[in-house]
Amino acid sequence: MQVTEYKPLIVAFCCNWCSYAGADLAGNNRLSYPADVKIIRVPCSCRVNPMFILRAFQRGADGVILCGCHPGDCHYTTGNYYTRRRMALLFSMLDYLGIERERTRVEWVSAAEGAKFAATMNDFVKTVAALGENKRLEDIRCKK
Amino acid sequence: MQEINRDTLIARAKELLSDGTVDRVLGWRCGEFDYDVTPAVFRSADELDTGFVFNIFCGANFSKYLIKETAKSESRVLVFLKPCDTYSFNQLLTEHRFDRSRVYAIGVPCDGMSDVNTLKLRAENILSAHENGDAVEIETLYDGKITLPREKILSERCRFCKSKKHVAYDELLGEEGDVCDNSRFDEVKRIEAMTPDERFEFWRGELSRCIRCNACRDVCPACTCEKCVFDNPNSGVSNKAAANSFEEQMFHIIRAFHVVGRCTDCGECSRVCPQHIPLHLLNRKFISDIDRLYGDYQAGAEVGGRAPVVNFSAGDPEPSDAVEGGANHA
Repeated sequence: MQVTEYKPLIVAFCCNWCSYAGADLAGNNRLSYPADVKIIRVPCSCRVNPMFILRAFQRGADGVILCGCHPGDCHYTTGNYYTRRRMALLFSMLDYLGIERERTRVEWVSAAEGAKFAATMNDFVKTVAALGENKRLEDIRCKK
Repeated sequence: MQEINRDTLIARAKELLSDGTVDRVLGWRCGEFDYDVTPAVFRSADELDTGFVFNIFCGANFSKYLIKETAKSESRVLVFLKPCDTYSFNQLLTEHRFDRSRVYAIGVPCDGMSDVNTLKLRAENILSAHENGDAVEIETLYDGKITLPREKILSERCRFCKSKKHVAYDELLGEEGDVCDNSRFDEVKRIEAMTPDERFEFWRGELSRCIRCNACRDVCPACTCEKCVFDNPNSGVSNKAAANSFEEQMFHIIRAFHVVGRCTDCGECSRVCPQHIPLHLLNRKFISDIDRLYGDYQAGAEVGGRAPVVNFSAGDPEPSDAVEGGANHA
């Protein structure tokens, strides 16, 4: 029997104005990062409702990363400041419920930081792969 | 000081009804048993005499009822508020959820309330329960009469009372109390000190009992959305899921998250839970995080307070640093 290497499923919410462009730049520069990362474009990191993150986990994601503009550089002036507070509270709550904190992350990546985007994704995939499959947050009904 | 009891409240309510200040009274009505106290609207002196009660089981927080009650007519409604209810009252005013001019609020003192769930942990087949000074006399079907000190049967939230001070009222019966300096976060700290596996097992054990009756949401004075995300049949999260799936945890995380910064820690969610899930511990975790990360904040302490999640400062901690570090984290 062939043993296949475990591939985590990562959902990355990327802000249209910075991180999404940062991912583009990473591609233009031929920087590689794992194909396990599925990017979802959002107008602002602040658009990400805590439920999006929990739903991603519920439907089988092993890790969720949220990328936005650096604080102070938000296209909408202050959106990412709110993200920062919300996610701090949400992550703390997930930790309180005994869910591995390494599965969630917030990273600030600007449109000029293609290299940082690739490095962040490589690192995050490695971390999540080491944790293994997400068992605590999955919902068997959502498994296809 | 004059003792405030049922008769004092009824007498004052009758005065206000007869002089036309109010045309109805939002109060507690006795039920089949002493502990079956439910919120009700009284329209006449007769109704007050027959139904109105004010005892150790009057835990219900009326603030949320004001939203629908004040929308019914332009005349004023009389409402009785305990100290912790006044925080919810202020919070709803901050959110412009009801018209203050249509309410006449009377602050009533509170020495801590009990509820049927806590009572049933101490006695079975309860026929009646009455307070007598600092003790509560419980008559049971098979075990005779049991007398318990009042503090033994207090609701969770009252054992860790956050405030005896009324923060909103038109008229106060009794004396003004003080904000309590208490240890309400002790239980949160105890859970934080567990290992992640223990925490996960603890919460799965608690939350898997959830039957998704939505009582916690329906009673919560902060959950006042006209349309709730959990009522959407297409959301896939509107009913009960298998106990071992993430569904229940998600419901409760999101429910607690939706009231972050607006939850006054009134403890109604835990009081009404038919499955005795300590839901207030989720809300308290958020409150203790807010206090730790963004400075002390008590929702509803004043009208117009700005909740920490709708505010920010440039130097806020990063989400990765916000989770308290230490060996006990995954």
